[in-house]
Amino acid sequence: MEWEIVIGLEVHVQLSTESKLFSGASTRFGAAPNTQACAVDLAMPGTLPVPNEQAFRYAIMFGLAMNAEISKRSVFERKNYFYPDLPKGYQTTQLEQPIVGAGEVEIHLEDGGSKKVRLHHAHLEEDAGKSLHEDFHGMSGIDLNRAGTPLIEIVSEPDMRSAAEAVAYLRKIHSIVTYLGISDGDMSQGSLRCDANVSVRLKGEEKLGTRTELKNINSFRFVERAIKVEAERQIDILEDGGSIEQETRLYDADKNETRSMRSKEVANDYRYFPCPDLLPVVLTEEYIEQLRKELPELPDTKAERFQSEFNLSAYDADQLTQDRDSAEYFETVCKSCGEPKLAANWITGELAALLNRKEISIAESPVSATQLAGLITRIKDNTISSKIAKQVFEAICEGEGSADDIIEKRGLKQVSDTGAIEKMVDEVIAASDAQVDNYRRADESKRPKMMGYFVGQIMKASKGQANPQMINKILKEKLDALL
Amino acid sequence: MHQFTIAEIIRGLRGKEFSSTELTQHLLKRIQQLDSNYNSFITVTEELALNQAKAADERLAAGEAPALCGVPIAHKDIVCTKGIRTSCASKMLDNFIPPYNATIVENLNSAGTVTLGKTNMDEFAMGSSNESSYYGAVKNPWDTNYVPGGSSGGSAAAVAALLVPGATATDTGGSIRQPAALTNTTGLKPTYGRVSRWGIVAYASSLDQAGPIARNAEDVAYLLSAMASHDSKDSTSLDRPQADYTARLNDSVTGLKVGVPKEYFGEGLDGDTAVRVQDALKEFEKLGAELVDISLPHTELAIPAYYVIAPAEASANLSRFDGVRYGHRCEQPSDLRDLYMRSRGEGFGEEVQRRILVGTYALSAGYYDAYYNKAQQVRRLIKQDFMQAFEKVDVIMGPTTPSPAFQLGAKSADPVAMYLEDIYTIATNLAGLPGMSIPCGLVNNMPVGLQITGNYLDEARMLNIAHQYQQVTDWHKASAV
Amino acid sequence: MAVDTQTVEKLAELARIAISNATIEEVSSRLGDILQLVDQLQAINTDGVIPMAHPLDEVQTLRADAVTETDQRNSFLSLAPQSDEGLYLVPKVID
Repeated sequence: MEWEIVIGLEVHVQLSTESKLFSGASTRFGAAPNTQACAVDLAMPGTLPVPNEQAFRYAIMFGLAMNAEISKRSVFERKNYFYPDLPKGYQTTQLEQPIVGAGEVEIHLEDGGSKKVRLHHAHLEEDAGKSLHEDFHGMSGIDLNRAGTPLIEIVSEPDMRSAAEAVAYLRKIHSIVTYLGISDGDMSQGSLRCDANVSVRLKGEEKLGTRTELKNINSFRFVERAIKVEAERQIDILEDGGSIEQETRLYDADKNETRSMRSKEVANDYRYFPCPDLLPVVLTEEYIEQLRKELPELPDTKAERFQSEFNLSAYDADQLTQDRDSAEYFETVCKSCGEPKLAANWITGELAALLNRKEISIAESPVSATQLAGLITRIKDNTISSKIAKQVFEAICEGEGSADDIIEKRGLKQVSDTGAIEKMVDEVIAASDAQVDNYRRADESKRPKMMGYFVGQIMKASKGQANPQMINKILKEKLDALL
Repeated sequence: MHQFTIAEIIRGLRGKEFSSTELTQHLLKRIQQLDSNYNSFITVTEELALNQAKAADERLAAGEAPALCGVPIAHKDIVCTKGIRTSCASKMLDNFIPPYNATIVENLNSAGTVTLGKTNMDEFAMGSSNESSYYGAVKNPWDTNYVPGGSSGGSAAAVAALLVPGATATDTGGSIRQPAALTNTTGLKPTYGRVSRWGIVAYASSLDQAGPIARNAEDVAYLLSAMASHDSKDSTSLDRPQADYTARLNDSVTGLKVGVPKEYFGEGLDGDTAVRVQDALKEFEKLGAELVDISLPHTELAIPAYYVIAPAEASANLSRFDGVRYGHRCEQPSDLRDLYMRSRGEGFGEEVQRRILVGTYALSAGYYDAYYNKAQQVRRLIKQDFMQAFEKVDVIMGPTTPSPAFQLGAKSADPVAMYLEDIYTIATNLAGLPGMSIPCGLVNNMPVGLQITGNYLDEARMLNIAHQYQQVTDWHKASAV
Repeated sequence: MAVDTQTVEKLAELARIAISNATIEEVSSRLGDILQLVDQLQAINTDGVIPMAHPLDEVQTLRADAVTETDQRNSFLSLAPQSDEGLYLVPKVID
């Protein structure tokens, strides 16, 4: 039996507004508990909400970036349930008339392919506070600083068919919100949170299987693992003749398994209804068009431009535009050294490997864009070879300064002096009678290959610093003269 | 001195006939001596009142007195007052002292009023008899065996008993107009959004509106001028300029078209009450107004629609009272659920619990369309009735209540009978229109109110009409004490 | 419309209001009366009528994104039934 996994994601993105969605309290992360919870956030009696325009602008920008319909009339509703981190006893959210309607986004897969994922809708809502479970006299402590922070909840259609696709979609969302500057997208701080609806069905089946909802998966890696392990669990049950229970499950990263959250299952009936304290938000076409004009260049457009302007391959362009910082890094390097292809190779090659090893982002890179450009400039003008360049790169990482400093200090300058190279070539030819003999007797077509030996010897003699193009040229001239 | 109207107090203070301190001391003493008969106050703020009166006297002496400088008033105990307990007449908020003022309190403070205290009410403004208060029923100063109406029964009774010349109140389905009618006072519920709701504990957000209760239309105009404002903290507050509601009181009412809805004079209206209301209408004819028969065909659906919409909104509005951040918490909760269940079970009285349960029902899965949505559709039909009527008439008049005050306990076992008290007032809230009640006679020495409903933002015209009526009649001067 | 005690128990659970066994019959009966009253709504045809959630046809005004609130934690926490280290305390929250 061949199974197909069906995934839909609900992504919550905290918007980086200064103040909360319905109050003038600060949204700054990391303040002392409850110092940023004002009377409105605490649901003190008689207090009333007034929505933040910036949150609407951000939500609309997101919608435009997702090629989605923007609602000219949106309505806040109350979602009723009791929980200590929800002071009003209801969450103010949108249901029937969300700010962002249906849309579509293209995701890029590791095999180089791409596919479209449909957006069901995205809505604005307020975040809840936090329950701290450390022991306070056997009780839980409630911090309401986060209560009221604006979120957009982004709901996809169940269009993804593998954990890898889900991750690619999530990366795309991450890349869009950070490009737009509407969120810091930091999953470790909870600025971007992901719930996944997972079901499986036999390939060819049209009807969707019963789904489970995986809550709060807080890294790209865990999204992939959680979906895989949940799909496997479901397949095992079905293959054993069992059935899937529709429920909410939690991913346990330590054990790499999902488990049921039965405590959340108590018959929920959220009793949504339009919030009577808030009026319909009505937007004009001009307002939306103005925001469209102000949109920054988005990843897909940027990737296309990188291909046409810098002659990059689709793959390189895509790699470099996944996040705004990488793209900016690339453009800075390019501008400074004028070598897009080399810049792309270095950023997606050496630099990416380095960042991966150190588990840091490009914004924290120990090699600045200017430093990398300096290095590439020296490769281009033949001061150093690509091989030596790797040494210089390592040294920059270690904080030894610019490429020029290091080349100078370590004496790594490429030997491009014709006389010096001729001398080295002569010495190697003189010491390699047998090889020279073989070369002379070999067939014309095999000779270029045989030159490798001589080049290697000469590079060795020059400690890698001889200019390889010059070696090749002089060596060929001298060997051919012996024919 | 306690017989002075607000207009007289303003003149007396400026004419140095008496000081605000003297007046305040007099009224505080009167409250102390008499209010045990009426139970109209939950909290008396003696120290604050005397401080405010002293400050008012200084400003009066310095000649820089704002409009209501030194005028003593009281606030309904649903209106948040900084540093003063605001209980909503509920055990739930028995210990709640807000660290902020409602906008109307800020506005009245700026106008110079002196706060004598907080008035009793039906718990969370849910009731029409003032019997659901945690602090005990309020008694009607006209006969203490009778209810004063509700939910603003404390404000109305305090004004009627001459303990205070005016008070703030709120009206969600008739809670200003019905007690005003039953206590022979004048009360006005403004257009929805005219007065800020910030700091007024919400019962049903799309219906709640605060307004004044006083002894006559002129005094109501003074208070409303200070209370009404655009408030950026209330999303439903109307962006309209401040108004002086006393400016047009003396306009003529000649040519005024008064709509008389046939539905307000049908079955259910007490015969003697009908006669008093008809007499008042004749008085308006004498003043040059023209009576026009109109119909508001969906009138009888107003109560059913209200008892879906108001409880639905209330069920969510009152979820914040959970024993976590303020208010009543049960002893020794065994777990989170127990904390919620018992804190709310103990903190809310029967009527509040009932309305929360009804609202929960109306919003719950499978019932939303049949109840909540249907009620909001009917609400639109009710509004359309009024809009059609206002194409033909300037104001609508009729009885405020079906009969004069009933005896304490008479309807407390039967909530539905109690709900029918508001049959003539509730539609106004559903449509968001301004409405007022003015005294128009007595039946067996108990007061009867005439209801005037105006078009949106027509408060100045309504007050003018009421004032003109009060120039030629003395009903509003009849006193309970 | 009659309301059975089971329905009342479900509503009380949703609304988190403890209702004693002694009063549940009474509560059910009163709720039944009220629902009978509101059931009058079912008699009228409202096809095509747009529900009206707000009395006036006003639209929302949005506020500028600015921090206008200052820290008043101590003042608010003083109202709490139980607090410690700047936190509101509740019986253990179990996820």
